[in-house]
This record gives sequence, structure tokens and C-alpha cells, in this order.
Amino acid sequence: MSDVRQHADDIHDQFSDHLDVSVEDVEERLATLVDEYKVPMDEARRSVTNHYLEEAGLDREDLSSGSSEAVNVEDVDEPEQWVDLTAKVIELWDPRSDSVAQVGLLGDPTGTIKFTKWAKSELPALEEGGVYSLENVVTDEYQGRYSVKLNSTTIIEELDEELEVGDDTSEIEGALIDMQSGSGLIKRCPKEDCTRVLQNGRCNEHGEVEGEFDLRIKAVVDDGLDAHEVIFDKDATENLTGLSLEEAKDMAMDALDTTVVADEIADDIVGTYYRIEGPTFGRYVLADDVSELDGPADAEQLLIKARSM
Amino acid sequence: MSQSELTREVARRVFASEFNDSTYTFKESDDERAPNFALLPTGDRANRVFIVGTLTETEDVGEDSEYWRGRVVDPTGTFFVYAGQYQPEAASILRETEPPAYVSVVGKPRTYETEDGSVNVSVRPESIAVVDAATRDRWVVETAERTLDRIEAFEEWEAEQEAPESASTAPTNEYAQMAREQYDSPVVNYRNDVIQALEQLEEQEADATA
Repeated sequence: MSDVRQHADDIHDQFSDHLDVSVEDVEERLATLVDEYKVPMDEARRSVTNHYLEEAGLDREDLSSGSSEAVNVEDVDEPEQWVDLTAKVIELWDPRSDSVAQVGLLGDPTGTIKFTKWAKSELPALEEGGVYSLENVVTDEYQGRYSVKLNSTTIIEELDEELEVGDDTSEIEGALIDMQSGSGLIKRCPKEDCTRVLQNGRCNEHGEVEGEFDLRIKAVVDDGLDAHEVIFDKDATENLTGLSLEEAKDMAMDALDTTVVADEIADDIVGTYYRIEGPTFGRYVLADDVSELDGPADAEQLLIKARSM
Repeated sequence: MSQSELTREVARRVFASEFNDSTYTFKESDDERAPNFALLPTGDRANRVFIVGTLTETEDVGEDSEYWRGRVVDPTGTFFVYAGQYQPEAASILRETEPPAYVSVVGKPRTYETEDGSVNVSVRPESIAVVDAATRDRWVVETAERTLDRIEAFEEWEAEQEAPESASTAPTNEYAQMAREQYDSPVVNYRNDVIQALEQLEEQEADATA
């Protein structure tokens, strides 16, 4: 097969769902540009593709580069992939722009992911709580978070079934091997919706403010394979250490120094094994459910394995 | 490089016998601030370790300023932990803790060459904490598990190397390869250490329930 024919086939495949066009027609257009007008092949392809896009009234992103693949939400880890999802609409949010018809959160048993549906795609509306099969959606990434975009080629089918939705909960078992700065008794900016942690009495956004005391721990829990950063909020910190915010304030007052609180907490928790469950938030795990691993360790199974190796 | 600088290096679990054999160190980039790794003989790299054992002895071996050496013993051997003025918190724990006591140590492997030309491996602690017996036992089991996993991966790689027909599809195990080039000691030694460590735990348990 000639080079031109091969490219013509590719382009034809992309449009076969949208336009009644023959491979020969595509090939002729390509050949004219490449052979007669000495246009490089990739430029010729671009030009011919654009021609058909216009004819079909489509956007470049509406074209699939091949067939899409059925995936689970947790498998979405690359932008610009064409995928099929079966997911439940967990939440619909208010679109911030007229170009967006619907935006919200989809979920399946493996996790949750944001979706965007463009107004110009003219797709049927999704309903909160509905379970849908979504064919031909495109993945996208922004600052390490993935989302999917519904487009005019997306096939939406409402399914009459229930789908259990898993959250992005992590479960870690390991040793707490480090407590990071910014742990213990801290002060937060009191301005509405700010809550930034003050550095030397200053908020990054609002300058010098009268801060409000809070307790938290930023720690590293390590299982020998991965180092996880874990945040304990006030409640989790109080449960973990048995130290209340009031007691922590008194301690700091007596010592005229807030760092005594962090030191006391570090003495208590560093070097201890924990199991931690909680939602992931960027690179952090929020400690929702914490238990100390202090039961007997089971050596027997491992011993059997070691002896048989 | 920027990515790996942002990522915190994991703390490997390794028994004393293997740690003390990890005499070869290397960097993975020319960057001045690139992390230093000790090569574990079972085929992995360690920039940081987490160890738990019995602190049996502490001594200030410094001349001009305090420089504390602690001996931390696990079922397979002894870790040497050194803390000086740049590790004030760890140094104060070594100064104030009355041996014997169970301690956990997070730290970095350091090597130094002795006068007779052999290489000693020690731990420069980031933190030391006094822990209980349950934590120590859990660490022994966890370290046994991680060590067996490394040995398993090493042996799989070795088997692939020896089967020429599959050579082209052999999985790469960069650090196993490096370990075979740098060290003489066969990995089966470390498996025997694992067995010994676990047997001790089992006996201990049998004694406790007897």
C-alpha cells in the first residue's frame, strides 16, 4: 500500500462515523497536496483532516484517534486518552461558563473523577444519582488531577442499575517515621475562608493578623516501599495523642513557647506503627481512622515462605 | 531531577547483617544535591533506613565536641549509630537513654574506610525514639518480609539471566545487577539471616505461652 493510501485510510477511519466519504476521495485530496504542491505529508494530513472536520461540523477533539477502551475511574492516569466509563453521577456543580453545559463528579467502585460536558456538544442532560454508560470520553489532566470531557461523539446511555461508588480512600500500614514542621500547636488566619497557617504571626494573604490556635500533625508514614504524607486534623490529633487543644495551649503558655507541644507529640508517636485510613488529597492522606498496630506480629507464615525459597 | 528531589526517599527495612555489607555507595545523577544511595546486596538502593533494635551501649567517642556512638542490636547483628552536634536531638537521646532499651532509628547510611582499608557502614540518625517490645517484633517481621521480597526479585532476575532463550525479554533489575557486580556475598546468606530472625521470634512466643 502506498504511503498516501495508508494515510488516506487513517483519515477515512476517523470520519467514517460522521461523513459519507470514500477512501479514494481522501486519497485524491492528499495526493494533490503531496505530489503536485509538494506539501509535506504531516501538513497535508492536517489540511485534509481540517477540510473534513469543517464539512462534518466537528472539532478536532471530537475525533477519536482509534477505538476507545473501557476503563475504571482509577485507571485514568494519562491525559488525552479515549475511554469508555460506566459511572454514577455523584454531584452536579454549577458551570462557571456558558460554554459548559454540565460539570460534576462521576464515580465507580474504584474512585471518583470530575467530568465536563460542553454546551456545543448538545448531549442529553445527566441527572444526579443516575448511572450511565459513557462511550468515547476524553481524559484530561490539570495539576496532577484527572478529569474526563464529554464531547459530541460521546454516546450516553442511562443504565437501570445501581453502582456502588468507592472514594479515593487510602489505607496505609507503616511506621510513623517523621513529623514535619508546621505540626503541633499552630495559628491560622481568622479571615473568612482563609484558614492559612501563619508564619511568625503573618498570613501570606492578609499580613499580620491575630491568629486562632489549632492542632494538627503533618507526618510521614512509611512502609518500606512508599513514604506517605499524612495530615491529622484537630480531632485526629486529639484522638492520637490524648492531648486536647486546651491542654496544648496551657502547655505552650507555661513554657512561653509553642514548640513544646510538637516536641511532646513527636516523642509520643515517632517510631510507632499505625494503620491509617482516609481520603487522599493531592499528595496527602487525611487521617480519618487511625489505629496503632500493637498486636503480635505473625512470623509463622513468613518463616514457612523463607524456608521454602 | 526536579521531580525526584521533591519526592521523599523511602526508608528501607534491612537487617544489620545486610546493612553492614552495603559498602558500595553511589549517586544517580551528577547534581551536587542528588541523593546518595547505599547498595543493598539483595538488590535495592537505600537512601534512608528505618531500624528497630536493642540499644545495648552508648559512648561519647568525640574528642573536641560530643559525638555519640550507639550500638543497636537486631537478631542478625549490630548497627552502629553515630550522632554529633549536627544531630542534636538524636545525640541527646543517646546521651540520656539508659541501655538496654528498645529504640527505633530513622537515618541515612554512611560509609567510611578504616585504616586497614575495609569499609564500615553506619547510620547517621535523623531521629531516635524509645519504643516497646511489640514495635521491635513488628519491625523484625516487616523487615523479614521486605528482605524476602528483595531476595525473590533478585533470584527471579538471576534465573532469567541464566536462561538464554528468554534473555531478550528478561525483566530488568538494575540494582540486582549492580549488587552482583559489586558484591561477592550470595543472597542466600541473607535468607538464612531472615530465617534465624523469625525463628527467634517464634521461640520467644513459645516461651511466652509455655
